[in-house]
Parts: sequence; C-alpha cells; structure tokens
Amino acid sequence: MKRYLPIIALLFFASVPLWLHDKYYLHTLVVAGIFMLAAMSLNLLLGYTGQLSLGHVAFFGIGAYTSALTSLGFSLSIFGYQITHEPWPPFIGVILGTAVAGLCGYLIGKLAFRVRGAYFVIVTVSFAEVVRLVALNWVELTNGPLALPGIPPLTLGFEWTGYMTFLSKAQNYYLVLAFIAFAYVVIKRLVYSPYGRAMIALRENETLAVSVGISVTRYLVLAAVFSGALAGLAGTLYAHYIQIIDPMIFMFLNTVTMVIMVITGGKGTLAGPVVGGLIFGIAPVILRNYVGPEVQWILYGVLMILIVYVLPDGIVPAIERWFNRPPTPAEKNGSSLALQTGKGRA
Amino acid sequence: MDQLLQHLVNTLIMGGTYALLGIGLTLIFGIMRIVNFTHGELYTFGAYMMYFFATILGMNFFVSIAFAIAAGMVLGALIEFTLLRNKRGADIDTTMLLMIGAWIIFQNVEQLTWGGIAKSIPSPLPEQPLTLGPVSLSWLRAMVLVVALALIAATYVVINRTKLGKAMRATFQDSNTAALMGVNINAIYTTTFGLGSALAAAAGALLGPVFVVTPTMGDLASLKAFAIVILGGLGNISGAAIGGFILAFAEEIGAGYISSGYRDAMGFVIIIIVLLFKPTGLFARTERVG
Repeated sequence: MKRYLPIIALLFFASVPLWLHDKYYLHTLVVAGIFMLAAMSLNLLLGYTGQLSLGHVAFFGIGAYTSALTSLGFSLSIFGYQITHEPWPPFIGVILGTAVAGLCGYLIGKLAFRVRGAYFVIVTVSFAEVVRLVALNWVELTNGPLALPGIPPLTLGFEWTGYMTFLSKAQNYYLVLAFIAFAYVVIKRLVYSPYGRAMIALRENETLAVSVGISVTRYLVLAAVFSGALAGLAGTLYAHYIQIIDPMIFMFLNTVTMVIMVITGGKGTLAGPVVGGLIFGIAPVILRNYVGPEVQWILYGVLMILIVYVLPDGIVPAIERWFNRPPTPAEKNGSSLALQTGKGRA
Repeated sequence: MDQLLQHLVNTLIMGGTYALLGIGLTLIFGIMRIVNFTHGELYTFGAYMMYFFATILGMNFFVSIAFAIAAGMVLGALIEFTLLRNKRGADIDTTMLLMIGAWIIFQNVEQLTWGGIAKSIPSPLPEQPLTLGPVSLSWLRAMVLVVALALIAATYVVINRTKLGKAMRATFQDSNTAALMGVNINAIYTTTFGLGSALAAAAGALLGPVFVVTPTMGDLASLKAFAIVILGGLGNISGAAIGGFILAFAEEIGAGYISSGYRDAMGFVIIIIVLLFKPTGLFARTERVG
C-alpha cells in the first residue's frame, strides 16, 4: 500500500483541474507547487545532509532572474564593453536558470562548507542578502525596484510538432505537477544511491563518516549543487508563470516559508516537503477569509514553535510511527475489551 | 580630507549603537550559543517603546530611554523563560527554529500594533548642529554616542567586575560546576538573555529619534549584529565593541566612496570574508567554540 501511495497521490493531483475550475484555487495550487519544489530542494540540504541553508531563496531568485533575463534580453556596459543579449526562447532560460543556480550552489558549497552549524546558517543568510542588494542596485541589468515585467510564458515544442504556450492556469498546473513528480523521482534515486547514503552518514556523524573514507566536501557540495539547481528550476517556473519579478523575491520570509514547509512535513523524508508544501500552500486560502496577513504570519510563527515542541520530526514521521507502532496491551488482549471500555465511558 | 573627517565622525555615532547591538548578541549568541533571530526585533521593540514613552506619553526624553531599555530587558527575559528554558541543551538548529518563529510573531505583532507607517520621535535637544571646525554633527547624534559609550562601559563593568558577572562567566564555562558552587544557573540564563536584549533595545531607543521607527527596521539589525559578533569573536565583549566600530566604518566608507546602495552589503561581505579566512574572529584569544 505504502509503495503505491506516491502514484495514487500523483493520479489524484492530476485529476484536480478536471473538477476544480476556479481560477483562483488553481493559481494557489500552482504557486504552492512551485514553493513545494523549492522546499524539496531545501530538504535535500536540511533533511539529508543536516545543513540548514537559510539563504535558499537566493538560488530560487537567481534561477528566476537568469531565466527572465535570458528570455527578455538585456543590454549593459561593463568596463566600457557593451554587452547586448537578444531575447532567447523561454525554455533555454529555464535550462540556463537551473544551471546558473546549480553553479552558485557549487560555489557557495565550496565556500560555506568550510564552516558548520550556526556559522553555515549565517554565511548562507549573508549570501542571500548580498544577492538581494545586487538585484536591487544593479539597475542596468535587473531594473532594480522597478521590476522586470512582461516575462514571456514558457513555450515548448518543435517546428514539426507545433508549439504549446503555458498560459492557462491548468496548463501551468500540469507543468508544475510534472516537475514535482520528476524532482521526487530524482531525489528518491539520489537518496537511495551510494551518494545519498554518504550524505546521510555525514548528517548522522561527520567524524565517523570521515573515518570510513567519505569525503565531506565532495558530498556536501554535490548536495548543494543539486539543491541549488532544483531551487533555481522552481524560480524559473515562478518567473514564467507570474511573468513579473522584482527584488522582493529574495525576501527572507520566502526562505522561512520553505523552512516551515520542510520542518512541518518532516525533514529528511521524501514526502515531508510535499505534505508541508500542501499545508502551507492551501492554508493562506482558508485563513484569508478570517484573518489578515499579519495574523496569518503570527499563526505560522506559533505553529513553528509548536512543531519544535510537539512534533520535532514533523508530520510524516509521526504518521509513520502511528502506523508502525507496536500494539498496545489493550489491543493485544483483544480489541473487544478496548471497545467495551470505550462504550462504557460513552 | 574634510569629507573623510565627517565620515569618521559618522562612523563613531553609528559604531556606538552597532557596538551595543553586537555586545548584546555576543552575550546571547557567543556565550549562550543561541542563534538569536529576535535580536533585531528587540531593537525594533526598544525603538517603539521609546516612541510610546517619549511621544505618546510625553515623558522626559532620557527617562524614556531608561524605560525602553528596561522594557527590552523584561521582554528578553520572558523569551528565555517561556521559549528557551525547556530547550536548554537542545541542538543549535532547534533553538534557531524557535527563534525564527518568535521573530515572525514579534514582527507581525509590531506591524499590527503600530501600523506600517513610519513613526518619528521628536527630540528635545537643540536643532542647531554642533560645529567643530570642518565637521558638524547634531546634538542628538552626539548624545547618542555619549549614552552608547556609557552603556558599553557599564556592561563591561557588570560582566568583569561584579559578582553577577562572575556568576555569568562561570555558568557559561561550566554550568554544572557553577550550579554546585551555589550559582542559580536558571536565573543566570534568564538574566544574560535579558541583558543582551536590553542592549539591543537600547540601540533601538537611541537610533529611533535619529531615524524613523518601522516594523521591519530590525531585519537588517539582526544580521548586522551577527556580522559584528563574528568579526569580534564569539563571546568577546571588547571584540564586539571594536567590531561595531569597524562595521560602521566599512559601511560609511562603502556608502561614501563606492555606492550608497551597497551600504548594507558591507556587513555581509565582512561576515563572509571573516568566516572564510579567520573564523575565530579578529580578536580571538583562544578558540572558545566547540
């Protein structure tokens, strides 16, 4: 049963646009899916290697800006040289955005993994802030606070097949769903490969892992590259879906959203970020009928504290434990007894 | 040259408040090992308390500063008492997540309470700037520097010369032994967090009248405080004080001679460089971090 759960979930979510026609709800699901993808990438670092990257939004934003600039074109002068870039098709932007974010993951991994724990967190936060300030101040390239409007939607296809432009909510929904399924499979294969085992070994006990010959830098950097590229991919999808980006994309709150998704769902589990992403993707839709955005954020903060106190492993491991729990004495002695006492009390 | 002198004077004023922020955080992050994301919110809280006492209640300006600092101390002690006490000894990521949660709550409560519009706090000091040769500075900014230096000196004395300071240092070197010697370590943890928070609130109360008060003013303050602590070395109080002035100098020079847009980037560049090349901080005597 448990084996088929991801496929059942995939089929269920594939059927959603068939019966849910409300554009607002579909839009919510698309954005939730994009953040879910980013949370899945964060989980690779936070959950599997145990390194909390609080600058994850930088990869997301770098992917979004790279893809947007590739498909919009730009012109700037550096040291007197004039560089002009003609617009390229958006799908090349998606590939380039993913690649550039992965490259940033490599560089940051090489630099930041010299330090651990709190220091690593602070280096990653600083990296994200520097990137945000560059996006804000390099007006010639990024248009600064005036934002980059009119990003073309993603178009796929060849001359002989015809082209498909991802413009409607349902189309984008399937696009995001396909990428989530793809990322899920890639992460699953990575985690169960020798590379993934090495990452988990490093999380559990770095000294021991090193003593059996696992190269720390190599595997942590590998995780950072994968994680950065996946977050960048999510960013490119965001840019082509929303069609306008500004430096607010680098807000620390976006990283916090990803972190909340991962720790609520369950870090270090494949399904954790998906469950967390769904909860925090859909929660705003329900909450906004009752409370303003400030109260909503306050509730997120309270929930985060509660999770740390009550469910430190997250929801998915808690559910797994519930199903795998050893039978209680009452159940061992026959369920009829437990039923009777239950009845007696009622 | 005159311009450089003016930059140096500005450095002194910002440096004084940065040093307060940094010393506050070096107590919490450097000694207690809590990655305190609420530090900037305590700074914001201090500024709003200053607005509340001085502008809304119309109390004396200097009495208001003292009250704002006391309010920051109480709030800090409450954070330690309610959130962190049960998680003492937990790994650093756990307390960090708690602090991120608390940070979101504080920031949005401030937004709800005071609204998004920036508040300004009028000061009773003369508007006429103080002119010393080629440099000029307002009386308000001069007052900020004097009060900040006095608070830095007071903190130094408390930590190094009083019985309370001795108990603090003993607790964070070896809490079990300190407890055996009769130190009430629960009280010490709460006091230390309160003291660190009070210094952040002091920085907010001093800078509130100089700039304006907004709910998000603390975001950068938190990160700058981390930069200062790392620069000075964890738990090193004089290191944090000097680090505050170095950061202010780097920002002032960066803004004056490179681009004002990148003023706030200086702190982050410093963090990255220091951590990569001298992770123990510039003034580390010995490695104190585990």
